[in-house]
Amino acid sequence: MSHEWPLWEIFIRSQHGLAHKHVGSLHAPDAEMAVKNARDVYTRRNEGVSIWVVKSEDIVASSPGKKEPMFEPASSKVYRHPTFFPMPDEVKHI
Amino acid sequence: MYAQMVDTGAKRLRSLEELSPDEREFQARIDADIKIEPKDWMPEAYRKTLIRQISQHAHSEIVGMLPEGNWITRAPSLKRKAILMAKVQDEAGHGLYLYCAAETLGVSRDELVGDLHSGKSKYSSIFNYPTLTWADIGAIGWLVDGAAIMNQIPLCRCSFGPYSRAMIRVCKEESFHQRQGFDIMMTLCRGTATQKAMAQDALNRWWWPSLMMFGPPDASSVHSAQSAQWKIKMLSNDELRQRFVDQTVPQADYLGIAMPDAELKWNAERDHYDFGPIDWDELYQVVKGNGPCNRERLRARVDAWEDGAWVREAAMAHMEKHAARKAA
Repeated sequence: MSHEWPLWEIFIRSQHGLAHKHVGSLHAPDAEMAVKNARDVYTRRNEGVSIWVVKSEDIVASSPGKKEPMFEPASSKVYRHPTFFPMPDEVKHI
Repeated sequence: MYAQMVDTGAKRLRSLEELSPDEREFQARIDADIKIEPKDWMPEAYRKTLIRQISQHAHSEIVGMLPEGNWITRAPSLKRKAILMAKVQDEAGHGLYLYCAAETLGVSRDELVGDLHSGKSKYSSIFNYPTLTWADIGAIGWLVDGAAIMNQIPLCRCSFGPYSRAMIRVCKEESFHQRQGFDIMMTLCRGTATQKAMAQDALNRWWWPSLMMFGPPDASSVHSAQSAQWKIKMLSNDELRQRFVDQTVPQADYLGIAMPDAELKWNAERDHYDFGPIDWDELYQVVKGNGPCNRERLRARVDAWEDGAWVREAAMAHMEKHAARKAA
């Protein structure tokens, strides 16, 4: 019987106060071991101050096939960016 | 390199007109340097070739721990021992990054490990040579990791997202490996005559196998063109080998030791070093399983897997017991 350890996705918060970032994955029997293994595999050089582990099967992802209907609507809304509004040179601090 | 002679299943490169619409769109994405991610559509041959290449690369990292692990208990000082342990631990980490990248292509870890153990999947020829003296640890870091870096830096730009990201992590850590090797060589070369002779002896034994790491000459490398088109091979075997020779010879000059190659000399016209012929028969023999340590290396991996089986099972049993208790 195949009895492989489940796969976990690993997220690490670096020291600079940024959000946890996905760094990779690893196999571990349970969450506690996943955190311990993540420490050895992904933070051997002080890469982080906090680790999250999430079972890969628990992650819900957007479908790559529906990329266009999902993200296309945003591309026509250029007015959402500040550079859409030209400002006169003499107007300061805006 | 760490992955040698990876089979792409292609007999020849097909023209754009011969590709299906899906394949054409796929190739266009690659040509536009858009990364391919695991859930994206990809040709079956691309997926299979990548599994072969990434798993071979991962196996090389793991088997590569054996020749160096051989010297951990006999390192000449506590400092050298701690450094070597850190280096070998890095190799384990690199193997794990790469196995995970391969698994995104829909193959399980157990299958990957099983293919290594059955001999179906290969690892780099270089790890089938023995580490006879402490100087070999210096030579491996300097030459073998140096050659690995040469190959891996271009792979950071390869077309498959998970492989490219794994390569970026690996490259960040790898230059420590090369420097610690050169540092060992420097210490030996500045030591007694006997120590310097040890360094020269290690260079003599590791130089040619290091050049073989880059794989057969371009002319007889049938799968390179397809891999290059898919951008999973960024530079040719001969290009990488030449770069490696060009960068390494001056380093040997600095150490005051010499490559075991009477034909090695600077060619001002080509702006490269010329070097003597490589014994390709030796490479093919080692890849076939007839190198000095092939059987020993594979045996060590299989033993580790089998001896560790009860630990893997106990950890799962522990997890299941606690999960059941929680549910109750």
